[in-house]
Amino acid sequence: MTLQGARERWVRTGGVELCVAELGDEAQPTVVLVHGYPDSKEVWSEVAARLAERFHVVLYDVRGHGRSTAPRPLRGGFTLEKLTDDFLAVADAVSPDRPVHLVGHDWGSVQAWEFTTVKRTEGRIASFTSMSGPSLDHFGHWIKKRVSHPTPRRVGQLLGQGAKSWYVYLLHTPVLPELAWRGPLGTQWPKILRRLEKVPAGDYPTPSLPTDAAHGAWLYRDNVRARLRRPRTDAYAHAPVQLVTPLGDTFLSEKLCDELERWAPQLVRRTLPAKHWIPRTRPDQLTAWITEFVTAVEGGRPTPVTDGPYADRFGGQLVLVTGAGSGIGRATAFAFAEAGARVVAVDRDAESAARTAELSRLIGAPEAWAETVDVSDEQAMEKLAEKVAAEYGVVDVLVNNAGIGLSGSFFDTTTEDWRNVLDVNLWGVIHGCRLFGKQMTERGQGGHIVNTASAAAYLPSKALPAYSTSKAAVLMLSECLRAELAGQGIGVSAICPGFINTGITSTARFTGVDADEEKRRQKKSARLYGLRNYPPEKVADAVLRAVVRNQAVVPVTAEARGGRLMSRFTPRALRAIARMEPPL
Amino acid sequence: MTSAVAPPGELTAELRGFREVQRLAYECAEAVAAQLKPGVTEREAARMQREWLRERGVRDWFHLPFAWFGDRTAFVGFRIPLQFFPTNRRLEAGMPFILDLAPVHKGYTADIGYSGSLGLNPVQDKLLADLEAHRELILREVRERRPLREIYEDVDRLMVRQGYANRHRAYPFGVIAHKVDRVKERRWSPHLFGFGTQSLKGLASDAIHGHRDGWSPLWSPYKFSDHPPQPGLWAVEPHLGFRGTGAKFEEILVVTDSRDPEQSAFWLDDDLPHVRRWAEDK
Repeated sequence: MTLQGARERWVRTGGVELCVAELGDEAQPTVVLVHGYPDSKEVWSEVAARLAERFHVVLYDVRGHGRSTAPRPLRGGFTLEKLTDDFLAVADAVSPDRPVHLVGHDWGSVQAWEFTTVKRTEGRIASFTSMSGPSLDHFGHWIKKRVSHPTPRRVGQLLGQGAKSWYVYLLHTPVLPELAWRGPLGTQWPKILRRLEKVPAGDYPTPSLPTDAAHGAWLYRDNVRARLRRPRTDAYAHAPVQLVTPLGDTFLSEKLCDELERWAPQLVRRTLPAKHWIPRTRPDQLTAWITEFVTAVEGGRPTPVTDGPYADRFGGQLVLVTGAGSGIGRATAFAFAEAGARVVAVDRDAESAARTAELSRLIGAPEAWAETVDVSDEQAMEKLAEKVAAEYGVVDVLVNNAGIGLSGSFFDTTTEDWRNVLDVNLWGVIHGCRLFGKQMTERGQGGHIVNTASAAAYLPSKALPAYSTSKAAVLMLSECLRAELAGQGIGVSAICPGFINTGITSTARFTGVDADEEKRRQKKSARLYGLRNYPPEKVADAVLRAVVRNQAVVPVTAEARGGRLMSRFTPRALRAIARMEPPL
Repeated sequence: MTSAVAPPGELTAELRGFREVQRLAYECAEAVAAQLKPGVTEREAARMQREWLRERGVRDWFHLPFAWFGDRTAFVGFRIPLQFFPTNRRLEAGMPFILDLAPVHKGYTADIGYSGSLGLNPVQDKLLADLEAHRELILREVRERRPLREIYEDVDRLMVRQGYANRHRAYPFGVIAHKVDRVKERRWSPHLFGFGTQSLKGLASDAIHGHRDGWSPLWSPYKFSDHPPQPGLWAVEPHLGFRGTGAKFEEILVVTDSRDPEQSAFWLDDDLPHVRRWAEDK
C-alpha cells in the first residue's frame, strides 16, 4: 500500500535504506511523522492526508519496518543512537535548511523523545508532539523514584504500569515473538485491533505487519533494559513539547507523565478519551492539535495555554450549546470558552446569542459564533446542522440545553401549552441529537452529547405536569441514546439541575391564572430561586465534568441529589411531597 | 444634606466642596494606579492611597482605602466581610485591580471606585465599557422617582442580560449605593473595621430617622429600600463581575427635591476617569 499522492524517495544511512514519503507543499513547514510498533508509516495515512493541506508532511518507515531495509545483524541494529542517525539523515534530506516539527506515536514517540533530548539534534527540531510513548530515560527516572522512595501511592503506580507492560516482558523472550507474529498473531492482529482497540477497518494494518513486528521486537531488546537501568540524567527537551494522552490507553498509564514538566518546561498537555491507536481512531482531533501547535511555534507566538480547568481536553474542540443566550446555556458556553473550545452559541434571541459569542471570544474561545434558531423548528435545525458542518466542522460536544418552563394544573394545561413545552424541551433535544449526533457517528471519531433534563424528571409534582413530563422524556432519551452510542465512543449525559437562579422563572408560563396573577407568580418564584441562589456557573462546571468523566446522569444541587436518592429508595415519600401546593 | 437647588449649570458651595474631595480622591486613585507595578501587594497599594491623601490633608475616612487584585476584583469566594480588607496578594502583568477609597476632607466625604489593569486586560475593558449603560440607567430611573428597590432589580436585569454577575451584592447589605454626608472635623478620628466612626454615626442617625419615615440610607435589594429616592448625596457603586474579573465605578449622585427632572437628580461630576474614557471610545 502507498500513501495517496505521496512522493517517494530513498535515504541511505548507516547500512540501511529508508523509504521516505512526502506530501504537501515543500515551501511550508515540515512535519515529520514517526510511526510506532508494530506499525509502518501507513499508520499515519489519515493524519498525513489532513496535515498535507497546510504543511510539508514527511513520513518514513523506521529501519526494519515497512519498505525500509533491516540492519544486519538485527541485534544491536536498533539502538536509539542509530535511530537518531536515521532521523537526522531524513531531516537533512527533506528539510536541509529549516528545523522540522516532529510527531511521534508509540515507539515513534519514544524515539522522538530521544531525538528531542540529545545534543546533536539541537537546532534541527522545531517542536515535538508526543503520543503514547514516553522517553525511556524519563521512564527510568520515574521507576527509580518510585522504587527508592516507595509510598503506597507510588507502589500502586509502579504495579499498575508494570501490569500494563506485560507485552514488553514477552518481547524480551528469544524467538517466540517472531514465531507468533509470523504465525497466528500476525493473521489475527487486524481483527484484534478492530475488536479491542476499535480501529476502523480499512487498508491498515499493511501486509508487511508480520515482518515489521518481528524486526521491531529488537527495538525493545536493544534499548529498554539498557535505558531503564541507566537513564540519562540530561534528557531535557530542547524544543517545545505537546503531549497528547489518550485516557483509555491499555499500554501506558497516564501517571507516567505526571512529572514531565521537569524535563520539558512549557509542556502543552492534551487529553482525549480514546484508546492507544489514536492516529487511526482520532485523526481529526490530532490534526487540529498538531496544526495549532505547529502554527503557534512557527509564528513565534506563545504555545497554546492549557492551564485552565479541562483545557487539555477541550482546547480547540467545537462545542454547540442551545439556549446559550442566558442562564445555564450561557454559563456552559462560557465554561467551554474558558477551556479553549470553539463555541457555537444557539439561541432564539439573536442579541443574547451574539452577546454570548462575543464574551466567549474574550475569555479564551479561539472562535465563537452566534446562531439564531428556535430549537423546536425542525427545518431551522436542519439548516443549522448543515451550516455548522459546512462552515465550522463536526461538533465534538453538543449541549441540548434550551428549555422553557410551564407550571399549573394538568386540567388548566391546554393542548397548545403541551405542544409548546414538548416542542422546545423534548423535540428540541430530539432534533439536536438526531442531526448533530448523526454527524458525530458518521465521522466515527467520538464525541459527547449533553442533554439538560431537570430534577423534575424524577420528582413528581402536581404543579409541573407538562414540564416534568418533558424532562422525564429527555432523561430517558439520554439513557437510551447512551446505550446506542456507547460502542462508537460517543458519550451521552443527562444533567438534572434543581432550583437554579436563572431567567427561566421569569419567562415560565403559569396556566389557569390571569396575566396579573401570572406576573406575580413569576416574580415570586424568581425571588424564591434568588434566595436559593444556586448559580448557573456551577451547573456549567458539572456539565464539563460530566463530559470529561462520561457520566450518565448528573443531578446538580443538593435537592436534586437528595431527590434522586428518594426516588430510588423512598418513592412514597416523594409522592406525598408531590401532592403539596407550591408556596407561590 | 438639605435641598440644594442650584442655578442651572452651577453648584452650591456645599456641592462644590463634595466635588473637590471627589476629584481629589480620583486624582489619588489615578496617581496610585500609575505607580502600580508587578509585585506590589494589595496592602501596599492601600497604604500608598492612605499616604498620598494624608499628605494632602485628609485626616478622616468614610472607610479606609481598599485594593483588590486579580479575581478578588470579582470577590471570588468571599464569604465574610473581613475578606474585603487588603491582603498580601501580588499584582501581576495583565491583572485587573480596583481601588476603592473614601476620604473625608474639610468635612466633605467622597467615596470612589477606580478600576484598571496592569497592562492589557480585554475582559475588564469590556466590563468597564458596559458600565456606561448602568450609569445612564440609574440616573434615568432615579429621575423617574422609581422605588430604589426596583431600580436595583433593573440594574440586576441589565447585568444578567449583559452576561455578568452582580458583585455589589457581596457588599454589606448587598448595597448598590449608600448615602454620604458632611461629617464633623475632629482632632481624633478613630475607625471601626475600616469605617470612620464619624461617618458611621451619620449613617446610623440617617438609618434611625429613615426608619421612622420609611426610607433607608442603604440602597439594597431588600424591602427597606422599597421607597423613592431620598434627597441627599448617594455614593453609587454598581459592580460587575465576569468569571474572575470585576469592574466598578463609584461616584456621587445628587438627589434633590426639585420638580425639574434635570435638577431632581444629577451626577455630581461628569469629568471623571471612567466618563472620559467612554467619551474617548466614541
